[in-house]
This record gives sequence, structure tokens and C-alpha cells, in this order.
Amino acid sequence: MPGPLAVSVDNLTRYYGDRAALDDVSFDIPLGNTLVVFGANGAGKTTLLRILATLLRPHSGKLEVLGEELPKDAWAVRGRVGLIGHDPLVYRDLTARENLEFVAKLHKVNTDGVQDMLERVELADRADEPVRNFSKGMTQRLSTARALLPQPELLLLDEPRANLDPGAAMLLEPFIGRAGHRTRVIVTHDIGYGLDQGDIALGLKDGKTEWLQPADRVSESEARRLYK
Amino acid sequence: MRQNRRPAPSTLSAALTILRKDLRLELRTFETITVTLIFTTSTFIVFHFALNRDELFGDLAAGVFWVTILFASSLTINRLLSNEKQQGGYEGLLLAPIDRNAILYAKIAYLFLALTLLEIFALSIYGIMLLGPNYDPAMLALIPICLLVNLGLATIGTLISALATATSARELLVPLMTLPLFIPLLIAASEATAPLFEKAPEIVDIGKWLGVMGLYDAVFLMLSIAVFEYILGD
Repeated sequence: MPGPLAVSVDNLTRYYGDRAALDDVSFDIPLGNTLVVFGANGAGKTTLLRILATLLRPHSGKLEVLGEELPKDAWAVRGRVGLIGHDPLVYRDLTARENLEFVAKLHKVNTDGVQDMLERVELADRADEPVRNFSKGMTQRLSTARALLPQPELLLLDEPRANLDPGAAMLLEPFIGRAGHRTRVIVTHDIGYGLDQGDIALGLKDGKTEWLQPADRVSESEARRLYK
Repeated sequence: MRQNRRPAPSTLSAALTILRKDLRLELRTFETITVTLIFTTSTFIVFHFALNRDELFGDLAAGVFWVTILFASSLTINRLLSNEKQQGGYEGLLLAPIDRNAILYAKIAYLFLALTLLEIFALSIYGIMLLGPNYDPAMLALIPICLLVNLGLATIGTLISALATATSARELLVPLMTLPLFIPLLIAASEATAPLFEKAPEIVDIGKWLGVMGLYDAVFLMLSIAVFEYILGD
């Protein structure tokens, strides 16, 4: 019997103008599992993440995240979801510490955890420098710290290893990898990494579900066909 | 899983946190303050030469002052929420478990403070460059006028800035939408200010114009509170 669901998506559709960016997409993610989403550019992957993050409203379909119905109870989901995407979502003229303290206050998290988080992502020695001085990799580490500081129950990761060198990728693995024991949705073009991390794999093509199956039953060649 | 709902900061606490962040960013970059102060000074110089006068009085003095403030405020409003996007934190703000009206209150407070600072500077420069009458105790009546104008400009500006942020043509949209909405405030402010800028400033009853501005501010404040979350939604 499947465990409680962290995410339940039923016939989700979202348009941009007349074009359906997501068309009748359905899936469930049991608590603690990882859904990995593959698809070519424009397939609807980022739209899906943004809807789950409450940044976009679905146009039709039923959507529950962490037991809350979206978009109706979006306010109750915010703060329980961490988004790590293409944009770091940090202020470039604030320092790393100021950014994290700002997040902590808005999420009503104790600011005492900021120093610990800076040390864990190895930014403690640059904590009082403006983010505009950071390299892309350092900004990505700070972005990860920003998303993890409120202890989210659901992590939404859009190409989480982009901009990271192998060392930084290994550094963040305990937080955003399987070892973090969180429910995750990962959007990636790195098929090997995605299949390794995922429990369930969703293939999207032009906003429609091409396939949805356990990740260990998806072959790399099958995933690659989405990009042709 | 619903029992895992997190406690959220109060609206006031969230608004103060955002306001402090905005002030810190401004004090670090001085982008908005510098631009508006230079614009205001330049506009007064333009009026000085365009009108070919060293001193202005009454209606004309009030009109020139408030038109300058209004255009200068458009510069600040244009950057109000787009600056959040440029800085990179806009969506992070939307992901926070806060009452989204906290963003509205913080931005109104920020604009209000910026406009107050602008007016203190503008009045000083105006007095030196163009204003005919010397500063007179009657001019203390400018304080409530400025406060009500600032509240109106800040409220309307925040609302329009949020609407414009969702579009790609926000630089065009902000002045196009704000200027017509500012006209009632401009009329009331100019009418109330004109007697104070006469050669011999006189204490007159400006209660009617303060009432008009107060009512206009209240209507837009209520409208903003009602629709702000929806505007930010998508």
C-alpha cells in the first residue's frame, strides 16, 4: 500500500496565451520519494515546478501539495517548499549573511541558524561580502542555503548542479541529494544523474505526459528520445 | 500533513523586515535617491530658463513644484518592484509564508519615506532657485499637504508598479497609468499650496483640499489591499 502522498497532481493544465505549457498532466509523489522530470526545452518542466512552488496558478486540474489544495491554500504551502532554480533568488547588493537573515525573518526561523548554514555551504569566510562579488558557483551554494534554511519538506530542484564544480556538487549532495531524505522534484537534462536520484520518472513532450514510471524501469535511451 | 503548517510572521513584522531590507539596499547603492534628486534639480533649472523668471508665486509656483515632484516620483515608482527583480530576490519574496499585503505596506512605506526626503530637498532647492516668497510660518501648512500627497503617490505607485511588473513594457506602463491617476492629487495639492506660495503667504482654510486628498488616498489604499495579492499571484 502506498504511503501518504506529498504531491498529488490530477489533470493539470496551464496555458501561456493559447499554448498549453502543461496539458492534462497527472502524477503522485509519495512522501520521501523523488520525481525526476525529463523533457526538451519548452516541454513544461519549469512551468510544473513553478506551479508546485505556488508561483503560477494552474488553469485546470486538481493539485495537492503537502496536504494543501492549490491554488486555494497556497499560503499554507509557502515556506514548506524550497525552490532551487535558474535564478538564485538572492539580492546581489546584500551580503550572503544579510540575505540569509532576511529569509530567516520572513520564514520565522531563528537567525542563529544562519552562521551554521553559511559554514555548511562553505561561505562563512565570505559571508559579509555582497553577493555581486560571488562566482556563479558560490551564488548557487548561497541559493541552496537560502532554500534549505527554512527546513522545507518539499524540494523543487531545477538543474540543481548547474554552475557547480564537482567539489561544490559533492558539498551540496547531503542537502539536496538522497541523503537529505526529503520529498523532491528534480528537473534535469542530465539523464544519468536524474535516473540515479529519482524514484519516479516523468517524461514530458510539448506539455504532455510521454511516460510516467518507476525510475529504475526507464532506460537512458528511452529518456533521450524525448530530446529528438 | 496539514498539521505541519508553519507559524508565519505577523504582517507588521514581515512589512518591517522588507522595509529594512529596501532601506539597506538603497543606502548601499543610493540609486533611487541620486536619480530623483538630480532629476528634480534639473527640472527646476529647466523651468527657470523656460519661464524666464527668477521668482514664481501663487498658482504657478505651486504647479511647477508639484509637477516636478510628480514626475520625479515616477522614476522611483518605475524601479520599486522591478528593482526587486533586478536584484534577484523578487520570487524569493513571493515564496515566503507571509501575508502578501506585507509587501504592499513595505513598499508604500518605502515610497512615502523616499518622497518625504525628496520634498525636503526639493523645497530647499526651490526656495533658492525659483520660489518668490521667503519661508514663512504659514508654510508649515505644507506638512499635511505633503504627507497626504506622499501617501497617495506611494499607494497608487505601489499598485501600478505591481501591475507593471507582470508585463514586459513596465517602463512605459508606469508613467502611462500613474500620471492620469495622480491628476486629482495634483489638483488638490496645487490648490492647497498656491496661497502658501503667494508673495505674502497667508493662512487659509485648506481643509477642503486635505479632505479630497485624504479621501482619494483612502480609496486607493482600500483598493490596493483588496487586489494586491491577486496582482502578484501570476
